[in-house]
Amino acid sequence: MSDDQKPKGVKPAGLPTGAKPAGPPKAAKPAGPPKAAKPAGPPGAKAVKPPARPALRPPKPPTARVVGAPAEGDGEAHGLPVLTRKDFATPADVRWCPGCGDYAVLAAVQRVLPELTEKKEDVVFISGIGCSSRFPYYMNTYGMHSIHGRAPTVATGLKSSRPELDVWVITGDGDALSIGAGHFAHMLRRNVDLQVILFNNQIYGLTKGQYSPTSEVGKVTKSSPYGSLDHPFNPAALALGADASFVARTMDRDPKHMQAMLRRAHAHRGTAFVEVYQNCNIFNDGAFFDFTEKDSKPERTVFVEHGQPLVYDDGTKGIMLDGVTLRSVNLDDGNRSTDDCLVWDEGDKTLAFLVIQQLFWNDALPRPFGVFYIEDRPAYDAMLQEQVEAVTEKKGEGDLRALLHAGATWTIS
Amino acid sequence: MSDTASPTTTPTRTLPEVTVLFAGDSGDGMQLTGGQFSHATALARNDLATLPDFPAEIRAPAGTLYGVSAFQLHFGERAIHTPGDEVDLLVAMNAAALKVNLGRVRSGGTIIVNRNSFAQRDLDLASYESNPLEDGSLEGYDVVEVELTKLTREALADFDLSTKDTDRSKNMFALGLALWMYTRPIEPAREWIRGKFATNETIRDANLTVLNKGYHYGDITEAFAARYEVPPAKLDPGVYRTIKGNDALALGLVAATVKSGLKIFYGTYPITPASDLLHALSRYKEFGLRTFQAEDEIAAVGSALGASFGGGLGVTATSGPGVALKTEFIGLATMTELPLVVIDVQRAGPSTGMPTKTEQSDLMMAIYGRNGEAPAPVLAAKTPGDCFEAAYEAARIAVKYMTPVLLLSDGYLGNGSEPWRIPDPDALPDFPVHFADSEDAPTDEDGTFLPYVRDAETLARPWAKPGTPALEHRLGGLEKDERTGGVSYDPENHQRMTVLRAEKIAGITRELPPLEVEGDDNGEVLVIGWGSTYGAIKAAVNHIRDESDLRVGHVHLRWLNPLPADLGEVIERFGRVLVPELNHGQLVRLLRERYLIPAVSLPKIQGLPFKASEIQDAIRAAASNAN
Ligand code: SF4
Repeated sequence: MSDDQKPKGVKPAGLPTGAKPAGPPKAAKPAGPPKAAKPAGPPGAKAVKPPARPALRPPKPPTARVVGAPAEGDGEAHGLPVLTRKDFATPADVRWCPGCGDYAVLAAVQRVLPELTEKKEDVVFISGIGCSSRFPYYMNTYGMHSIHGRAPTVATGLKSSRPELDVWVITGDGDALSIGAGHFAHMLRRNVDLQVILFNNQIYGLTKGQYSPTSEVGKVTKSSPYGSLDHPFNPAALALGADASFVARTMDRDPKHMQAMLRRAHAHRGTAFVEVYQNCNIFNDGAFFDFTEKDSKPERTVFVEHGQPLVYDDGTKGIMLDGVTLRSVNLDDGNRSTDDCLVWDEGDKTLAFLVIQQLFWNDALPRPFGVFYIEDRPAYDAMLQEQVEAVTEKKGEGDLRALLHAGATWTIS
Repeated sequence: MSDTASPTTTPTRTLPEVTVLFAGDSGDGMQLTGGQFSHATALARNDLATLPDFPAEIRAPAGTLYGVSAFQLHFGERAIHTPGDEVDLLVAMNAAALKVNLGRVRSGGTIIVNRNSFAQRDLDLASYESNPLEDGSLEGYDVVEVELTKLTREALADFDLSTKDTDRSKNMFALGLALWMYTRPIEPAREWIRGKFATNETIRDANLTVLNKGYHYGDITEAFAARYEVPPAKLDPGVYRTIKGNDALALGLVAATVKSGLKIFYGTYPITPASDLLHALSRYKEFGLRTFQAEDEIAAVGSALGASFGGGLGVTATSGPGVALKTEFIGLATMTELPLVVIDVQRAGPSTGMPTKTEQSDLMMAIYGRNGEAPAPVLAAKTPGDCFEAAYEAARIAVKYMTPVLLLSDGYLGNGSEPWRIPDPDALPDFPVHFADSEDAPTDEDGTFLPYVRDAETLARPWAKPGTPALEHRLGGLEKDERTGGVSYDPENHQRMTVLRAEKIAGITRELPPLEVEGDDNGEVLVIGWGSTYGAIKAAVNHIRDESDLRVGHVHLRWLNPLPADLGEVIERFGRVLVPELNHGQLVRLLRERYLIPAVSLPKIQGLPFKASEIQDAIRAAASNAN
């Protein structure tokens, strides 16, 4: 089966009833970091096809309704109509500013969804408030544009009561990390089986340009004419700190990479968190140009890929682990080779913390993108479903009359 | 333990009704003692009402005035509507308990005190200048001094128990003694002890021993001139159990899930005095209902609304501070027109207020407390047992009208208990549910679903749940187009939608039964109440009608919004309207505004329920002003 295939609402294989959530299975770790013999290709291309990690994937149940990617040729084997990108578009006018990075995310989601589902009526988008949270209006699926910061709560209630649905949360840096930071963290620790796309533009767009909880210190905005004083969040680090079971980062100007991240997020069972660097060309234009534009991208970004060494700048530089410190090294002066570089292991949380935290706000080092961390642990909704079933099996279907008469009763005639 | 059948030497007198109050430290187990005495009383077939009254601190420092925990119980052979205005028997486990509760005891009433808790240190902690047992201040009461601590220690001398564990059993002595005094059966308490301490034989046997010692103490000491008997009440035929309001709410929700076939999703956050509802519901998973302890009050209601979007019934319960946090989501439920039940087990406010004390001060918040024009149905339960029907009704209306519904209970109902005639599930009102599908859903000429095209009678919109092919649609907090449900900023549309949402709620009056007027159908004074004041008002009205020629009626409102259509008519038949409320006057303002009448307010804001006598005085005063 493909990595992209996600059996929704099926209980984790081998999880005993009422068992404590197990830690990641031993098999999650690669037997040993394979040494990459050949230099990595260009950063933009190499993360497109994620390595298969079969040990982490539960077996595909016979009733799984998810079709494989058309490229795999089994899309029609189910005898069901195959959806196309157009099926997911609504007639509603898309009202983002022309040039906004939000369009790229919408396009990527509409492009990958036909590969990931054959029943669009089972797909639900839940958003909060903000520019990005208009997203559900543009998806021809079920959706709710809820309350500022509260999308995780609505999505948690929905998924926990209807585990068979395919639920996506759309949020932004203000929505998820300011007014909704509490819910965001709790959703991640519970590991509700859904995908979260956080549009990080480091600014408040809808309220016309105040600094956000991800804005850099000293940012001059309408609400901070002398520069903002707030230390920013690093969303990926926050997610990892909240024990997210899937953490990835991508960017609006790399549609292929974004699609790859969306596929992998969807394949993950549990809360899959994808941070998207998104340009707000009206209030914070160019915030991520260092990482997204052709001239600077090779030097300023590193795309992590499971089992591959961390190399960047067209293979001329690498990231080496020196004690617990990450250093950039030249690979083209004959002193170092890719063998010296840190080999990425997306099942290693310690590595994930190192890379997410050290490769941040440091102009001397590249900014990482890709899947930082993935862990197979039971999803909240599946465990709740299982508990309900286990209790029902033990006690039998509820009998209202018996329940009303429980305890000491007496009869008056 | 073998002498339970020894002949009683003390004469027995018969009483029609009695009020007993157990008071002690919050660590003395007074709630358990009161609960067990209530249980025995219910099994003795008396009608009863209880008032647990405890501090917010879990273990306040021992011996202090603010650490006193009390449990009041009123039982009788006739219908009992209140926990009792005046106490006939006070059991005071220490000096502080006596000081705090003496004012509730009728003159001539009996006071049992633990003689061992009146040392100088106890008196100091209770702020007594002199020992009340010696300074004559208890003259006029029948005081029985019992060395409760000493007798308990003696009884357990052979047990391998610490002094602390030994002393913890002394409430069983008090319970045994009280059971003896009122000729209650002792076996239910024994059974309870056996069950509760099943895994610890020493503690189990110690409690059984002390319970027996207390029961037989009365016969041995000759300190009691008489025992009392309260004959069984003449209740309607049926099968009964005792029930607390919070448990009745839980059962009402389970009944709603069974009768509707809807899976209830109960999202909540722990808060006094509503948490027991979660404790109860979380045990009932075999009914398919899911409970979710959320990270906060907002997530609690948000998850419930998410479940309703998914075609379940979202329910959340809390107290006033929690409702304040949930208001934005209640507004979203109004805008998205999804069913949602919000239960408010009210407590004294504002802010944190007095969490363990009862009040009815969230009425205005329930009706009006949201941004924008956000009408929602509001109903209230009137007795602990009535919480069952109120919860069922709230769920039914939420689904039928696709709206959030606010159900008001309070701390007195939630923790108070009464004998409850168990309803027949088959006799509950029908609870039909319809989900739109591609066959019957309203669509435009292109076949696109129109999620806001309403039912002509109820004005409810169709409920289409995710997973239904061809009915994909988007909901949200932005104003909706009247038909498509798309975002609309059209001025006319906003006005029409605002009016439609109001008319939908107002239309609920069509299905309300005619108002029941208890007491006189017309006359001098009409008492209008709502919620937990039912018993006190009923007792007061009965009393006035028994003792005088005044013609007094009583209407108790189940629905606060919308108000029943025939209320105006009933009001016209009386000279004066009196509105007793456990708040500073909230329903009275609604009535004055709606009916343009000079309704008289009787506010009580002390964290305690009304005494019937307080309402009697107000009825007399209103009657004399009416002429
Ligand atoms: S304000 Fe910025 S984020 Fe919002 S739509 Fe416009 S460009 Fe996009």
